[in-house]
Amino acid sequence: MTVVATTPLIRVDDLHVYLGESHVLQGVSFEVPEGGVTALLGRNGVGKTTTLRAMMGLVPRRGTVTLAGEDTTRLQTHAIVRRGVGYVPEDRDVFAGLTVDENLRLAERGPNARYGLVYELFPELKQRGAQRAGTLSGGQQQMVAIARALLNDNPVLLVDEPTKGLAPLLVTDVAAALERAAELTTVLLVEQNLAVVARVAQQVVVLDMGTVVHAGPAAELLGDPDRVRALLGVAGGSH
Amino acid sequence: MLLTITGLGLGAMYFLIASGLSLIYGLMGVLNFAHGALLTVGAYATWWMSTKVDGGPGTKLLAGALFGIAVGAVLAALIELVLIRPLYRRPIEQVLVTVGLALVLNALVEAIWGFDARPFPVPSWLIDTTSILGASIPNDRFVEIAAAAVVLVGLNAFLRFTRYGLIIRAGVENRAMVTALGIDVRRAFTLVFAIGGALAALAGVLSGVYFGVVDPGRGTSLLIFAFIVVVIGGFGSIGGTAVAAVAVGLIQQYANYYASSGLGDLAVVLLLAIVLLLKPEGLAPKVAH
Repeated sequence: MTVVATTPLIRVDDLHVYLGESHVLQGVSFEVPEGGVTALLGRNGVGKTTTLRAMMGLVPRRGTVTLAGEDTTRLQTHAIVRRGVGYVPEDRDVFAGLTVDENLRLAERGPNARYGLVYELFPELKQRGAQRAGTLSGGQQQMVAIARALLNDNPVLLVDEPTKGLAPLLVTDVAAALERAAELTTVLLVEQNLAVVARVAQQVVVLDMGTVVHAGPAAELLGDPDRVRALLGVAGGSH
Repeated sequence: MLLTITGLGLGAMYFLIASGLSLIYGLMGVLNFAHGALLTVGAYATWWMSTKVDGGPGTKLLAGALFGIAVGAVLAALIELVLIRPLYRRPIEQVLVTVGLALVLNALVEAIWGFDARPFPVPSWLIDTTSILGASIPNDRFVEIAAAAVVLVGLNAFLRFTRYGLIIRAGVENRAMVTALGIDVRRAFTLVFAIGGALAALAGVLSGVYFGVVDPGRGTSLLIFAFIVVVIGGFGSIGGTAVAAVAVGLIQQYANYYASSGLGDLAVVLLLAIVLLLKPEGLAPKVAH
């Protein structure tokens, strides 16, 4: 997929977040072009998850987050979502006491829920509709979490470490689902698995110590192992 | 037999108060110390309306009860909108506000209607007794138990089969994630407060029938046991609350009768201690894993 560098769909400008005494985000600024996958990378604890949570209005924040030209910084979380932002949180956060069907039904935002798409990607969810989400495996819970975000026609998906803790086979499934999602919408993806990043992402943004230290095409960064080691502290291409 | 039915009747009232408390805490994390005052206000509103309508005690009670329940629901919704909503994420301030509100509402009731108990309009058929296995049981006990059973079934159906019920069940588990699905969870908060207020007022009506009178301290004394029921039952669980309410009502009655009067309250506190020691999360943890 080619990325056309027009006006960015998302613009994050000078984002600051304080959690207790610690200044977690110290002026994060980056842009996400429309279409495809932009990966948000960085070592553990540099503020990737906090960046997504701040964009969702789930933590108190300062700075501006612009979505398709509209400043969403003053909006509450549910209003941001209703502008067309789907969110897949780091720990999946499926409702354990609710069935798979109920988890999906809760996420419906109108009569045109895309059950066809969701069941095409994750046929298992149809069979397990009546099962409590708390009794699913980690991979199945991740499917529910991604399905909830894909159920509505969201122009933007924020996806936080979808392959964390999954078996290799499931990692491939999730990557395939992300690729399919990226055909329909713009994805901002936090991901530690560089093989997945190399497969799905066109753009990368690298965070360190609460600020952006690199932004550019994914292939360019991942093709330079020394740079990857310097920015992410891991060997390029492996994980 | 009389003891058991009376214990169940008492448990029914505890359930009506505790189910609202439990849902409010489970969904919003708010300990509503003003819940007992809602009961008192509901009972007084019932009594007040019953003095304004003509007819027999049955008509008076029914008209009063409908009015009292409506007052309880509206007052609770107003409390949520005006006092609790600005204070989400500030639990200490919430406790202070609800405790203060409880004191204010009780003082208002005392200022307007005085400290003396007011006679409740109770139709004679409720005072009459029915003989079961040789025991003469006042009919009001059956009404209390039936009301609680209807509420239990109704609440469960509401939680299970409606969209708001789904939002409330999900919100009890993870409020932030509900908002992250694009749902304004605050509407569910107001609704849950209104339901809790209506149930507290219904408990006020039934307690008026049970005791035959209504007095300003009624809500506060019942609230303590309702809190114990909620802790034993597990916050946010309607089923757990029902089981705990019945257990507390029965134990209180049995201990008062077989041991000595006054021991009932002690036995309930002892039950609370045992449950807290053995199952600190209550009988039914709010998330079924």
